[in-house]
This record gives sequence, structure tokens and C-alpha cells, in this order.
Amino acid sequence: MDTKEHSLAAYGFLAPALAVMALCAVVPMGFVAYYSVHDTFGGNIFIWVGLDWYRQVFASPEFFGALLRSLLFSAIVLAIEVPLGLYIALRLPTRGLMSSLYIILLAIPLLTPTIVVGYLWKALTITDAGLLDEAARWFGLDYNLNNTVVAWVTLVLMDIWHWTSLVVLLCFAGLRAIPGDYYRAARIDAAGKWAIFRFIQLPKLRLVLLIAILLRFMDSFMMYTEGYVITRGGPGVSTTFLSRQLVETATVEFNLGEAGAMSIIYFLIITGVSFALFRLIEPRRVS
Amino acid sequence: MTRRFSFAPPLYALFLMIPIYWLIVMSVKTMAEINGAFTFYPRAPTLENFHFILNDASWFNGYVNATIYVTLNVAISITVAVPAAYAFSRYRFFGGRALFFGLLAFRMMAPAVLLVPFVQIFSDLQLIDTHIAVAIAHGFFNVPLAIWILEGFISSIPKEIDEIARIDGYGFPRFFVKVLLPLIAPGIAVASFFCFMFSWIETLLSNALTVVHAKPIGGIMSRAGNVLAADLPLFAAASVLGLIPGIILIAFMRKHLARGFSMGRVT
Repeated sequence: MDTKEHSLAAYGFLAPALAVMALCAVVPMGFVAYYSVHDTFGGNIFIWVGLDWYRQVFASPEFFGALLRSLLFSAIVLAIEVPLGLYIALRLPTRGLMSSLYIILLAIPLLTPTIVVGYLWKALTITDAGLLDEAARWFGLDYNLNNTVVAWVTLVLMDIWHWTSLVVLLCFAGLRAIPGDYYRAARIDAAGKWAIFRFIQLPKLRLVLLIAILLRFMDSFMMYTEGYVITRGGPGVSTTFLSRQLVETATVEFNLGEAGAMSIIYFLIITGVSFALFRLIEPRRVS
Repeated sequence: MTRRFSFAPPLYALFLMIPIYWLIVMSVKTMAEINGAFTFYPRAPTLENFHFILNDASWFNGYVNATIYVTLNVAISITVAVPAAYAFSRYRFFGGRALFFGLLAFRMMAPAVLLVPFVQIFSDLQLIDTHIAVAIAHGFFNVPLAIWILEGFISSIPKEIDEIARIDGYGFPRFFVKVLLPLIAPGIAVASFFCFMFSWIETLLSNALTVVHAKPIGGIMSRAGNVLAADLPLFAAASVLGLIPGIILIAFMRKHLARGFSMGRVT
């Protein structure tokens, strides 16, 4: 087979996907980059301002506040969801009716629209009628969303409820893909549970874990609808995350330049962190 | 490997189901009961809220609209992703690796980042308030994801299959449809599931790109939430109905999903 012919064919196969991606990703991203170096006074008049917006963003304490809160939120939910999801996946029954029943139950939160997740958890938090409120009272605690810690705990719980199943399902799939021979060999070597986990299951799960971590990092870092429905970004700005600040800058203040610069900085951060995670977990795939 | 019974899965399932239970209970309560005292189960269950939603054109159409653009998005994403995944899996070509990671980089974009340009682009194309606009917009996260998943499935099929088909006199289109697609059917099921999921749950873009004719239920809910003093039972009922399409999807695809999830795209 002629390799050159092959490579041309490959571009042909890629063309439809690239056409769609051009329309829904490359062009809009170009717009964002364009906004970030221009100023506009309404209409379609754009004036080149170089890196002014970037300087303004880097001088803005609000931006760094939102950035830190988003990073902290992602770190917390990843630290809980990844080990918990992996643990549940290891304990799920592998065959029979119970196995498929669990898959259905686990998938329900994943298929809940973000706004429904928001209203669902809001319904749990209402004073005197919400389950969380009642449960807190039962433990003798005061449930008050105007308390920063309470607001954060609620949002973290909500994210765990919504997304841990994604980690579970991916890890479950990864575990099912490990050939039985590995376990037989381990039994011959009289390997214990921990050794099987450490030297067979965990290495085989590297790629699924990478997928799970990347997807959860990207999506939790830019959480928007669910959190806003519950806390409206408060108390104060304590749950105003990057995404909310971005949309507010772009559509409420209508400051496209600053929003554009924030978007580009956000994009660089997330690709940087993702690439670092990639290097850490799967060094072979990068080189 | 068979496993001994563990308490972790039932406890976790319970944690997932408690809020769902609460949602269903709220949806059949009256506002008076919610404002009255805390009750674990409805004292006087009513289907009034469901009745209202199913008989109000704008609320009911919210579900129809969401289903239409999600279906369109899944169809577009899978159709363009299968050949692209085949190219990444089978060919070595200039820029291939960079392109693969470049596509994933776009998956990392957030809807909030692309909100303003999307509104501008689809306004210029006169596609605001159409289902296709939302379906295309959701492509930026679903197309790369579908390619990523399908590439794994195609790579798990030995390359010899391609050659055997060629020797048997199958032309490429026939090979693609008759041999390759059936072999990766579980992969297509898994990829469709993820595309459906991410498109179905997204509310920011789908709300911003629609006005009336393609308004999804999420948009109707957030608009009502801004205007009304939150009518909680109504929102709960709307939320319960919002879970149904997802549950139907899993029920139908359960077998394919289970097979797809166990097919080993992942090592």
C-alpha cells in the first residue's frame, strides 16, 4: 500500500468533522480572540487596543477571586469524585439483573439537565420544607445558605450527586475490559486484593481515569447553571465562579473585550492544566 | 471476577435516589402543603402541575424542542465522527496527532466562552431560534468527544479485518457499512449516549440561541423562574418530566450500553 494515498484519504475522512468544527468551534473562537484585542463603541466599529484588555483583566481582583474559587471548586470535587467513583466501580456487581439495574440508576443523575439539577437541589434546601434543611435540623445544625461554608458544601454535594456516576461508569467499563487471565495469573501468584488493585487494575485504568479526570475538570471548572440557580453567586461573591463572571461581563456589562480576554486566559489555563494531567497520567501518548 | 456483596453500591444508589424521590414528592404536593409543615410524603397528592405542563403549548413544546435539537446533534456528531475516528485509527498522516489533541482542546471550551460569538454568528446566518443552530453549537463539545470514543472502538478492531474485506471484493463503502459499522455498533451506542447526555443537559447556549419556536424546557423554566415567585411544585413537575426522555433512552439502549461499556475501548 502506498502511504501517500493513505494520508490523502485520511483528510477526506476528516473533512466533514473539520467542517462542523470550523463552524461551531474555530470561527467562534476566532471571534473571541478578535474581541479580546479590540474595543467597540456599539455598532460594528472595532478599534485595535492591543493587549489593554489583558492588562485590565490581570489587574482585576474580581477575576482572580473567581479564578481561585473555580480552581478550588474543581480541586474539591475531583478529590472526592474520582476516588469515590473508582471505589463504587470496584464494588459494583459485574453481571446479572442487579448489574444493569445499577447502570440505569447511576445514569439518571447524568441525564438530568443542569437547570433541573439546580431546581432539584434548590428544592432540597428550602427552609422548613427542604430535606437538607430538615436533616441539618435533625443533627442540631443550622442550615443557612447565607453562610459561605453551607453554600459551598451544598454545591459540592450537588456536583458529587450529579457527576460521580460518570467516573463510576467509565471505571466500570475499564474494569470489565481487563482480561480474566490477569486475575488468574494473580491468583497463581497468590496476590492479595491490594496487589491486584495496585498492579493490575490501576495501571489498566490509567486511560479511563484520565478521561474521567479531564472531563470532570473541564466541566466543574466552568460550572454555570446549577450553582447559579441555588446560590445566585452568593453569599456576596463567595460562589461566583469564572463562568458566571464571564457571562456577566459579556452580556450584562456588554464588555466584549474584557470578556474575550478572560476567555482566552481561561482557555490557556485549562489547556495547560489538561496537558499537564495528560503528561502525568499517560506519558507515552504525548511524546 | 465475581465479587462478594458490598454495601457501597446500594448506599450510593440510595444517595442518588433520595433527591429524585424528593423531587417526585414535591411535584405532587400543593404550594400550601409545602408552605405548611415538613412532610415526608404528600398528604393530598395532586397531578394538577403535570396537567398544566402537558396542556400548555409552550411548556409542552419545550420538551419537543429539546428532543429535536438533541436528536439532530447526535445524528450530526456521530455521522461526522465515525469517518474521522476511522482516519485517526487507521492512517498515519501529517498533522494527525496535533489535530487529535487540537480537537480535544475545543472540547475543553466552555459554553459561556462561546456564548457571544454564537449569538452573533447564528444571527448573521439568520438561524437564531432554530433547532439546527443549537444542534450545531453543541457540536463543539460532542464532535471531539464522539471522535475520541469511536477512535478507541475502531482501534480495538484488528486492521486485518479491513484487508480481508478488501480481498473478499468488498468496495470501501460496502466494507464501511456492512462490516465496520456493525462491528462498532456498541461504540456508536456509547458515543450516542454521551452526545445525547451532554446536549440534553446543556442549558446556557440552548437558551440563548432560541426565542420561541425552538425554546427548550430549560429555557422555559429559567424564564418562568425569573418572572414568577418560584412555584416549586410546578418546577418539580417540569423537572420530573425532564428526566423521562433520559430514562427512556437508557432503558432502550441498556443492552448496547452494557456491551459497549465492556468492549474494552479503554486499555
